[in-house]
Amino acid sequence: MLDARIPDGPLDEKWQRHRFEMKLVSPSNRRRFRILVVGSGLAGASAAASLGELGYQVDCFCFQDSPRRAHSIAAQGGINAAKNYQNDGDSVFRLFYDTIKGGDFRAREANVHRLAEVSNQIIDQCVAQGVPFAREYGGLLDNRSFGGAQVSRTFYARGQTGQQLLLGAYGALSRQIQAGRVRMHTRTEMLDLVVVGGQARGLVTRHLVSGRIARWAGDAVVLATGGYGNIFYLSTNAIGCNVTAAFRAYKKGAWFANPCYTQIHPTCIPASGEHQSKLTLMSESLRNDGRIWVPLGKDDARAPGDIPEDERDYYLERKYPSFGNLSPRDISSRAAKEVCDEGRGVGPLGRGVYLDFADSIARLGEDTIRARYGNLFAMYEKITGEDPYRVPMRIYPASHYTMGGLWVDYDLMSTLPGLHVIGEANFSDHGANRLGASALMQGLADGYFILPATIGHYLGSASIAPIGTDHPAFDEAEHGVRERIDRLLAIGGRRSVESFHRRLGNLMWEHCGMSRRAGGLRQAIVETQALRAEFWEDARVAGTNESLNVSLERAGRVADFLEFAEVLCWDALQREESCGAHFREEHQTPEGEAARDDDRFAHVSAWEYRGVGTKPVEHREPLVFENVALATRSYK
Amino acid sequence: MNFTLVVWRQARAEETGRMVEYRVEDVSPDMSFLEMLDVLNEDLIVSGEEPVAFDHDCREGICGMCSLVIDGVPHGPERATTACQLHMRHFKDGATITIEPWRAKAFPVIRDLVVDRRALDRVVQAGGYVSINTGSAPDANSIPVAKHDADVAFQAAECIGCGACVAACPNASAMLFVAAKTQHFARLPQGQPERTRRTINLVEAMDREGFGACTNHYECAAACPKEIPVRFISDLNRDFIKAAAHHGRFGTLPPQGDLEE
Ligand SMILES: Cc1cc2nc3c(=O)[nH]c(=O)nc-3n(C[C@H](O)[C@H](O)[C@H](O)COP(=O)(O)OP(=O)(O)OC[C@H]3O[C@@H](n4cnc5c(N)ncnc54)[C@H](O)[C@@H]3O)c2cc1C
Ligand code: FES
Repeated sequence: MLDARIPDGPLDEKWQRHRFEMKLVSPSNRRRFRILVVGSGLAGASAAASLGELGYQVDCFCFQDSPRRAHSIAAQGGINAAKNYQNDGDSVFRLFYDTIKGGDFRAREANVHRLAEVSNQIIDQCVAQGVPFAREYGGLLDNRSFGGAQVSRTFYARGQTGQQLLLGAYGALSRQIQAGRVRMHTRTEMLDLVVVGGQARGLVTRHLVSGRIARWAGDAVVLATGGYGNIFYLSTNAIGCNVTAAFRAYKKGAWFANPCYTQIHPTCIPASGEHQSKLTLMSESLRNDGRIWVPLGKDDARAPGDIPEDERDYYLERKYPSFGNLSPRDISSRAAKEVCDEGRGVGPLGRGVYLDFADSIARLGEDTIRARYGNLFAMYEKITGEDPYRVPMRIYPASHYTMGGLWVDYDLMSTLPGLHVIGEANFSDHGANRLGASALMQGLADGYFILPATIGHYLGSASIAPIGTDHPAFDEAEHGVRERIDRLLAIGGRRSVESFHRRLGNLMWEHCGMSRRAGGLRQAIVETQALRAEFWEDARVAGTNESLNVSLERAGRVADFLEFAEVLCWDALQREESCGAHFREEHQTPEGEAARDDDRFAHVSAWEYRGVGTKPVEHREPLVFENVALATRSYK
Repeated sequence: MNFTLVVWRQARAEETGRMVEYRVEDVSPDMSFLEMLDVLNEDLIVSGEEPVAFDHDCREGICGMCSLVIDGVPHGPERATTACQLHMRHFKDGATITIEPWRAKAFPVIRDLVVDRRALDRVVQAGGYVSINTGSAPDANSIPVAKHDADVAFQAAECIGCGACVAACPNASAMLFVAAKTQHFARLPQGQPERTRRTINLVEAMDREGFGACTNHYECAAACPKEIPVRFISDLNRDFIKAAAHHGRFGTLPPQGDLEE
């Protein structure tokens, strides 16, 4: 049984006690430790900067040309904190409770409570850095209610919260680079983790411009490499997001937790054709004023304006009268899929539902709507060529976020000693479903406040032998990396890597997307294996290793997705219940709602690698709820 | 739709590049410009050629990674639109489109349409931040900021660091970038303690990196996908004169990162 090493004591004292009990590294000793941080998004940049400030030697890696361009930059809506500035009844406990409930009782109480505790400090830190959050006329910070929360606890910077927070963290990181405490390595991709004596001790990277393969030794490794939502090919994630770093660590012995918890966001612009390379998120805040509907009848080809009121189905309002258009992400997404499966979808590919602002415009005036959502409406028009002030928007669910990730204990350390995992890359805080505006909070909580404390405990208590990059473990890892690159370049097939990724995406979306079934999952496993075999025979990877080679970069990432897909399916197959974003058709209530099975599945599933194509071994961490009663989520 | 593309190809930094012509056919008007390039690249790969390298990541107009000069204009013809947000419906069927990389001394070409923009990072490292350590911040609402100031700071902070301003400027100046970075902080109380050093250090870093001087062409603001106004440049100039006068010299101030161990 997996032990998360949760500290003793009452829930709201655990973190403070643990902070006191943890080993410290004295200021003068910190510079003797080198920490390798992979990733420069909110989690990685905040961690690298904070570790540098503490006096550690840090190397930070990202594959973009600048740390500021990490995928976190794209977050729109906001970041939660339990400040209760609006005096509307928020508290640390309420944020904790909402997060546990939103995650459908599949997250660890102690971690989530700590997250809620730390949330307030994040806002303080960011404001002090100059992050330009929205303010009221009195000069104090503004908040909004986000994603159906009953309190206004979300801090935001127009539709660019992620960018502004990341620029704050990037500023802090830049300051440490200037001070010589962080060495930044851009356009550098981690291709393997080096494990020595059971501890994570280094990396093998490829420089994306020169192709140079390099070795890096350190005392601890931190992965902040983001989520794997691009397994579905189409997603709201940046094109470069991938599972490679986490998957390499998994193959080296870190266990992968709850991979089947993948969040599908209900409000994205639908695909317009085969060429589609990504999907664009339309902020969830639009659901505050937009009404979602489809025609009552099948295959209704009329323009939306020609469909009379009584021939429209406002299905969320109908099915969930109390939450209506603000029902949680998983519920809204599944409901959209259902109506489209019934043949009532709209738009060229029949995969879309209307998000209609006509009523709000009539009630509040176009100016008010423009003031609230002007930039989003402009973005929609840019992409679709349609004017949402006149014609309802079309939206459809898309892969957005992954709750699953490498398993970590309370100290954010994986099953491999020395390997810490933070941000979206770990599995820790969101259970089976993440609430809006909570990913930014978690990434920054991990990076600014939690990891810098817990990693000191590891460095101060583990015995870490001095090693150099000439250690045989590095030879072996580098050899593996080179061999794989050579293999990819030598396939010499006829089909583009992109086409394989697209097929994998379709397969996963079909069988392991918004709703899942045992038969479909088994079929997906078999088909993925076949697709993988085909990839290694028929893919075409152009060019050489010794140059900037986008085709090679892509190929390595897709090859990993092709292996990882199976782990995801095994997890979905084994979890014979519906919870949060994981919906098994066999497990639903008579009304078609998710049926959780707390007796059998109130646990985390962590998977151990056993070879390509071999079913991984499942380990369980039981989830114990001492402070909340397990309830059935109801948004009716 | 069908297009003729004339694209800059350059195998590596040390080699000389040239314009190469390609045809792309059956392009949907709903495709983005980068999706149109994806189609070209898939064709190239399948026919055994190397794809055209270009930078991109978010494809939502926010990461600042995409960087194409399209028909002579950074990010192409649409106002306030990054190349990744530009759609083919804005082009005439049958048109010939030229695609080149950012051109500036401070941005050497790495390959095809990909350039090295690390100079911008180094400018920021010279002081484009507020120097505070994690954990030392006071309560967020203990620093009130007038809404107007917060909004202006936000406008400056919208810069995505793509470098289109540099690519558009006849002198390849980074003045709009530096203006946006400095004025974001200059408008906030948090930015005041370091305002003078920040101004001088960033301007000097910009010169050091080989960006040109600003001679008020204002091509930068026209090309900026986030519509950062040139007004910030005059504000920066004012700050710079004040800062220089205050210190009585243009010499380098100590770096802002605290170097003491
Ligand atoms: C469109 C969109 C909107 C969102 N809006 C919100 C919101 O409003 N509120 C909210 O809370 N959350 C939101 N999210 C979710 C949130 O943005 C992400 O979960 C979060 O930013 C992830 O941060 P991260 O630091 O963990 O990873 P990322 O920001 O993804 O960073 C990953 C980093 O790892 C690096 N990397 C990855 N692999 C390698 C490798 N092999 N080698 C070297 N480097 C590597 C990358 O270069 C990058 O620097 C949104 C997500 C999307 C897609
Ligand atoms: S790809 Fe991110 S701004 Fe264009």
